[in-house]
Amino acid sequence: MFYRETGQYKTTYAADRAIFPIRQDRIGIAILLVVAFVVIPLFANEYWLRSVLTPVLVFSLAAIGLNILTGYTGQLSLGTAAFMAVGAFAAYNLEVRVPEVPFLVSFVVAGLAAAGVGILFGLPSLRIKGFYLAVATLAAQFFIEWLFTHVGWFTNYSTSGVITAPPMTLLGYSFESAESRYLLTLCIVAGMAIMAKNMVRSELGRAWMAVRDMDVAAEAIGINLMATKLTAFAVSSFYCGVAGALWAYVYLGTVEPQAFDVLRSFEILFMVIIGGLGSILGSFLGAAFIVLLPIFIANASGLFGSALSAETIAHLEFVIFGGLIILFLVVEPLGLARLWQIVKEKLRLWPFPY
Amino acid sequence: MDELYFFLEVLIGGLLSGTLYSLVALGFVLIYKASGIFNFAQGTMVLFAALTFVGVLELGAPALLAAVVTLAVMVVLAFAVERFIFRHMVNQPQVILFMATIGLAYFLEGLGQTIWGTEVHVLDLGIPDRGLWLGPILVSQFDLVAAAVVALLVAGLGVFFRTTTMGRALRGVADDHQAALSIGIPLHHVWVAVWSVAGFVALVAGLVWGSKLGVQFSISLVALKAIPVMIIGGFTSIPGAIVGGLIVGASEKLAEVYLGPFVGGGLENWFPYMLAMLVLMVRPEGIFGEKIIERV
Repeated sequence: MFYRETGQYKTTYAADRAIFPIRQDRIGIAILLVVAFVVIPLFANEYWLRSVLTPVLVFSLAAIGLNILTGYTGQLSLGTAAFMAVGAFAAYNLEVRVPEVPFLVSFVVAGLAAAGVGILFGLPSLRIKGFYLAVATLAAQFFIEWLFTHVGWFTNYSTSGVITAPPMTLLGYSFESAESRYLLTLCIVAGMAIMAKNMVRSELGRAWMAVRDMDVAAEAIGINLMATKLTAFAVSSFYCGVAGALWAYVYLGTVEPQAFDVLRSFEILFMVIIGGLGSILGSFLGAAFIVLLPIFIANASGLFGSALSAETIAHLEFVIFGGLIILFLVVEPLGLARLWQIVKEKLRLWPFPY
Repeated sequence: MDELYFFLEVLIGGLLSGTLYSLVALGFVLIYKASGIFNFAQGTMVLFAALTFVGVLELGAPALLAAVVTLAVMVVLAFAVERFIFRHMVNQPQVILFMATIGLAYFLEGLGQTIWGTEVHVLDLGIPDRGLWLGPILVSQFDLVAAAVVALLVAGLGVFFRTTTMGRALRGVADDHQAALSIGIPLHHVWVAVWSVAGFVALVAGLVWGSKLGVQFSISLVALKAIPVMIIGGFTSIPGAIVGGLIVGASEKLAEVYLGPFVGGGLENWFPYMLAMLVLMVRPEGIFGEKIIERV
């Protein structure tokens, strides 16, 4: 009853191809955008903006990147964090060596650099798939982590290996406050999410999905496998690269290789699984879930007072985390996005289901 | 001549430490063969088994009892994994199964450390850890013992797979699930059995690694070394796991010693992966793996 498309006729081709063909969806998205762009910066406190919402957005972007590769094209990748690291270090090195470049340009360059590296490590996908490909991406993960730790040029010969991100200024305005950083991230992430949504609805996205469903059959209907897989790697890595640059610049404020280890790659993979493979909305839901879960557990354990030590809580967090992931995969392998779809189906008939 | 001896010393040291990678890879191969599941949690199972063993030992139990208790725990774990996870995930894509094992790895890691704590436990099984001069070449006695343990284990598994009913059932399931079902092999029991065997292998690996490094979190990271071992040897081959382990062990030590000084060291972490990638380019199924055949 609340979610009913009866009477909403599509009378033009444009209406037929709209991203949100149903009015309720459009209203919902509009409300969501108003909340995200206006209400949250006005009312949320510094902690929420800086330590919760900003990382959720950055992770969402990385999850969209991985989702393009794993969810839409079916190429399993365990090297997401490495591509993020490439982005972060590319942005940093560009800023250090050519200080005149505005930081937004260096973010784009970060994406492009990551895309290049992504194509390079995507080359094995032409010959191998599945777990074998996962190993190739793990090679990228370990190699890139080692490269940034051991080759001094990348960290500008900093002795500690940890470097401070240069300040971000645009037209004389410096992005210092939590609100401005949140809004900056939100603009970039929202823009790129819309781009991703449109990409997966286009010819390119359909080619990706054809390759995912069966690559031999896709080839037989005239899809160029090499071009399709490599564009997926390039686009996915571009997203991860920008996310890495945002992570280093906006969230942490430092650029360090340790922030992009293999556990980070797994974390992003979990976001994609829990959110839903092959869903842009799912990337956001998954990122929010994974970031908020530890906070929730920490608060919930506060209810038990000091009965549990901080160390035990940290371990229990692992237990709950692992248990939830298994539970999700057993109960709903398609993730939160699928749950949302089911809710919508129910709402359509509620309160008079047949 | 000294350089040749040094080369041989590095090579033998590498080969011997490679047998330890084989040990972990063996657990992967067993489960992959029987169920097509790439069990990422194998490394954590090694840690979990070692932690349980040390924990029971520190309660004052003799080593044999501790081993029996740990084995029982691993069998219970095998039952739980089959009953609560993989029984519900039949017909899911392999990638989903793989991710479930990552979840399992997190779960076990947290559980093991919640119960037994995080401090490094010293595990002394009485294996001598001194250098041994074989002519002019220095070999670690510990590594020799470990290699002997691996050889014994592989021989034992070989006998188990060839002669016992359960072993034959396992091989049948590995060859063809449906054919095995149709001749009356109970698939669920076989899965429990193979997870139990993998748990046993994990226990042995945990004991050997634990007495070498101390029982601590970093043991579970050994799993990351076992993945290239499997790629090089082939996902489905036990001899492949052994040979792959030897190749990885030897090549990473040689690379570290001969290439390391030029690029700043720390090669060990990624060199096996690069090697595995090269092997994949030439032989995607690994050295001993079954040829991958695809049908439309």
